[in-house]
Amino acid sequence: MASVSMTVNGKPVTGTIDPRTLLVQFLRENLRLTGTHVGCDTSQCGACVVHIDGKAAKACTVLAVSLEGASITTIEGLAGEGGLHPMQEAFREHHGLQCGFCTPGMIMSAVDIVNRRGHQLDEKTIREDLDGNICRCTGYHNIVKAVAAGAEAMAGQGMERKEPPRQAAE
Amino acid sequence: MYAFTYHRPGSARQAAGLLAKKEDAKILAGGHTLLPTMKQRLASPAALVDLGGCGDLKGIVRKGRTLHVGAMSTHAEVAASAIVQEAIPGLAYLASHIGDPHVRHRGTIGGSVANNDPAADYPAACLALGATIVTNKRKIEADDFFTGLYETALEEGEIITKVVFPVVSKAGYAKFRNPASRYALVGVFVAKRGSEIRVAVTGAGEGGVFRWPEAEAALKARFAPKSLDGLKASAEGINADMHADADYRAHLIGVMAKQAVAQATGK
Amino acid sequence: MTATGIGASVRRKEDHRFITGQGRYTDDINRPGQAHAYFLRSPHAHATIKSIDTKAAAAMPGVLGIFTGDDLAADKVGGLICGWMIHNKDGSPMRAGAHPALAQGKVRYVGDHVCVIVAETLAQARDASEAILVDYEVLPAVVDTASAAGAKTVVHAEAPDNTVFNWHLGNKDETEAAFRAAKHVTKIDIVNNRLVPNPMEPRAAVGDYDDGEGIFTLYTTSQNPHVARLVLSAFIGIAPENKLRVVAPDVGGGFGSKIFIYAEETVCVWAAKKVGRPVKWNSDRTEAFLSDAHGRDHVTHAELATDADGKITALRVKTTANLGAYLSTFSSSVPTYLYAPLLSGSYDIPAIYAEVDAVYTNTAPVDAYRGAGRPEATFVVERLVEVAARELGKDPAKFRMQNYIKKFPHQTPVIMMYDAGNYGAALKKALEIIDYKGIGKRKRESARNGKLRGIGFSSYIEACGIAPSAAVGSLGAGVGLWESAEVRVNPVGTVEVLTGSHSHGQGHETTFAQLVSGKLGIPIENVSIIHGDTDKVQMGMGTYGSRSGAVGMSAIFKAVDKVIAKGKKVAAYVLEADEADIDFADGHFSVKGTDRKLDFGSCALQAYIAHKFNGQDLEPGLKEGAFYDPTNFTFPAGVHICEVEIDPQTGLTKIERWAAVDDFGNVINPMIVEGQVHGGIAQGVGQALLEGAKYNSDGQLVTASFMDYCMPRADDLPSFEVGMTVTACPSNPLGIKGCGEAGAIAAPPAVINAITDALGHEDIAMPATPQAVWRAAQKSITRMAAE
Repeated sequence: MASVSMTVNGKPVTGTIDPRTLLVQFLRENLRLTGTHVGCDTSQCGACVVHIDGKAAKACTVLAVSLEGASITTIEGLAGEGGLHPMQEAFREHHGLQCGFCTPGMIMSAVDIVNRRGHQLDEKTIREDLDGNICRCTGYHNIVKAVAAGAEAMAGQGMERKEPPRQAAE
Repeated sequence: MYAFTYHRPGSARQAAGLLAKKEDAKILAGGHTLLPTMKQRLASPAALVDLGGCGDLKGIVRKGRTLHVGAMSTHAEVAASAIVQEAIPGLAYLASHIGDPHVRHRGTIGGSVANNDPAADYPAACLALGATIVTNKRKIEADDFFTGLYETALEEGEIITKVVFPVVSKAGYAKFRNPASRYALVGVFVAKRGSEIRVAVTGAGEGGVFRWPEAEAALKARFAPKSLDGLKASAEGINADMHADADYRAHLIGVMAKQAVAQATGK
Repeated sequence: MTATGIGASVRRKEDHRFITGQGRYTDDINRPGQAHAYFLRSPHAHATIKSIDTKAAAAMPGVLGIFTGDDLAADKVGGLICGWMIHNKDGSPMRAGAHPALAQGKVRYVGDHVCVIVAETLAQARDASEAILVDYEVLPAVVDTASAAGAKTVVHAEAPDNTVFNWHLGNKDETEAAFRAAKHVTKIDIVNNRLVPNPMEPRAAVGDYDDGEGIFTLYTTSQNPHVARLVLSAFIGIAPENKLRVVAPDVGGGFGSKIFIYAEETVCVWAAKKVGRPVKWNSDRTEAFLSDAHGRDHVTHAELATDADGKITALRVKTTANLGAYLSTFSSSVPTYLYAPLLSGSYDIPAIYAEVDAVYTNTAPVDAYRGAGRPEATFVVERLVEVAARELGKDPAKFRMQNYIKKFPHQTPVIMMYDAGNYGAALKKALEIIDYKGIGKRKRESARNGKLRGIGFSSYIEACGIAPSAAVGSLGAGVGLWESAEVRVNPVGTVEVLTGSHSHGQGHETTFAQLVSGKLGIPIENVSIIHGDTDKVQMGMGTYGSRSGAVGMSAIFKAVDKVIAKGKKVAAYVLEADEADIDFADGHFSVKGTDRKLDFGSCALQAYIAHKFNGQDLEPGLKEGAFYDPTNFTFPAGVHICEVEIDPQTGLTKIERWAAVDDFGNVINPMIVEGQVHGGIAQGVGQALLEGAKYNSDGQLVTASFMDYCMPRADDLPSFEVGMTVTACPSNPLGIKGCGEAGAIAAPPAVINAITDALGHEDIAMPATPQAVWRAAQKSITRMAAE
């Protein structure tokens, strides 16, 4: 067993865990934060996406023990105290979810896209950057709309992006 | 996963010590190949040595005509690096198209190069750019480094510390993705360094990444997409699976090579 | 229309819990003292089990029990059932082999259940599974659909030629006569590729046993918990229904695959009593690929006869359907009564004859997947019609318009009586949306850029709202397909609606509340929808086949009417008027011709206080139930047009435009309906371009993860342009037809018709992968060069 301490949704947590415990297991089983889901075993579906130190990552492909001192944000902690995060609100407003299973990962990914790319997102950018999230219900149409609207709403609420947009040769 | 012990050294030196000491230990870099393999119970290391705490394996710097990328640099860091974008934009482009955004936040150049997955992107860049793989023990030229499917010149316990790329005048990358896995079905990296042209192909070779001499020769005359007109890679030694047979992959090599040259030349 | 009533795009009431991570799916449920189950699955497609040695495994840390088929048999736990009897052409019943939950002497597909290990942790159960020694005698495998019948290897002794049934429908003699008289006959051979449903939530089950009460509880990922309880109780024999509670909490998508009663939940609930602990099983994705029921898998030859005017005169079809290694719960109905009755499509076809042979193979069971039979029928009809139009040199839109059914009701030669529709209106609207007139110009532009552009039509019809109980009973169904509802009005006027439908993405908590709040004139927040728990809802048939609107809501409609009728009686006492003089509108009971009125909440309160009336003349309380049995299927229909551009260099097909015009009858919530259309199209595009479950000749599933089975992602799809036409359904009180499967039914032929249009030849199969399209495009280029 190994000991690990990290911050989850702003609160310090410590666990004594088997080293093979994945972050998603630590969240779901140790902390009972069941909003982070598991939809595949090959690191592709994105249902488990959380933010590790502000960056989207697949919680099914990270060992919890490797996150000593890290800060984790899950869907449960996205909005802070009360109310909804603008991206959550946008998913509701634009019907960006049906069964809801992929939704937490989608929303966490969407916020990450805004963090990386800014608030004005075109359809092509959104579709390409959702590459790591699979939804079987919506056909993505309304998710794309929700992400674009959520990105704009985040600007309106002072949630300015943390990093400059990428300028890779694309 | 099977049980293992976990170790998180603070430097490459400490990591090397642990690797020497621990029986059946494996290096954990970004974990995006190793952990899925362990989850499927297809790998069962007794110990994992996590390089995530090795600050000395991080960082991207330019030194004159070379670009030094620390082994634990994530794909996202390489893609977003102003230094890389300025020095070798084709390399930044490649990094920005590995996997998906979440994978790019965790996956590392050192892990990718050490794993030498035949469908990975970085090996093509290393080979085409004539990179030097620097380890805790020595420097290995890319030409000598990739020795076969998932095989490299790395010895037991050897740790990649950085990858050094020569800053070339022109470089470009194009890949055709496997529709399901999004790995490269065929990826071609082209680089022009002075009068030397190198074309490296990933995703397609039965033995992993390889150079395409005929294309290099054709591009030497003139570094332009048109120079590759009518040039078709041989299907011999080309990988075949349910997604693409050897003929199709061989054809795609030509198509991707042209697109890579077009990108490199801004056309 | 009010802001929250019928026809309004009300934002979903259920969303708050999903967007904040507070959904409660089966895997989120943990019972005190819970143990974990791991199923040891067959690595072979076909083998005799000579022995299973569990001794070493049983002694491993944490192991609570290891159970085999013999243990189930010893407890008299029955096998899994197929609930629809199909008869052969000669009237004899289909030939079905036994389907034990855990293997008894033989395994018949890779992933088949050999035994179960229950342990303190999942890792311990899995560790123990590796210490179990199974002695297999490996047998040759039958894999291929087309050649399974009569193969040397026999999957079940009960079906010695691997044929489950030879079934037919329609009029053979008339059809053959029409073909003899035909001016032109169009022939196609097509394969409807096998698909894996892949809802994002894998299946899961938690079995629990309360020894004090003798009650079993099963939490499971089900689209129809009541049917699960019925089967587990009446057929499998876990416990009588009053001692078995089935709960289907939030379910992360189903698409058919969670209708069926599988081995895993059966074993978990049974094992909970055996080990005296709650037992949890959660499928990983690999297990899902191996053991969820797959969909489609047809091989078909089809022919269409036309006369000199281009009028369709007859259609005949010969299909072989692969049902896999065992008959799953509804498998036999899918390639029969959910398939052949739709072969008339939207067209007036006087003579139709269909023959369907169903075969066993050493592959995962095949059952209903989004659309179930109807996508297969639509693919046959719409490919045939498209090819016929091309062969006859006719514009495909005009050819369809010429042959549409234009008068309703219309009796087809294959059972169905279409009640209402206007197919021409949908086609016209779709042509406008896609700018059909401009297609020539767009094709030329693409050609200038070295690309091939094509346009493809799909004029689909489906039979939904399943189904009239007497009708399906006469066709072999084991149960009736009505739906139930109970409307409980609380003393303060808030309402709980208990429904036998189950929502797993469809938004029932919103749409059903819209109906009730609209009818009762009360705020939508005052209406709660309760479903998915057999302890709360008495009985129901669940959600599949686009039935929850047409059938489930009709039951609610009936129950609400009964509430209003009862409310009128209460109001009559309170307002001291004659019951006949009481009106109900806008949430108020009023006395005709006066200003005396009573709001709904006050009426409810009076119903429970019961001071104003004599309990002998009028029962206190306000609660009503209803069962609704439909009188006909419903017939949603529409036209989808897909425009693609192909890069002949890479074979990559890009969907440039998608116009969808659907007639779902009256629509409760357009936002939700459009969402259903989008999702359906995505699955249909997946079938056409990306998805295909492939077994190798040894029966190994080679597409057993998302690494190899290509799921549609956001950048594989365009935004969709959705339109609607409305002809109300005459057979249910709301005029609803159903929308859940339309996209998945319409999309595959639209895509393939577009690709073949671009290629200029018909030689492409699903999925039209880049490699396949590239190869086909080389043929086009060679031919174009030659011309």
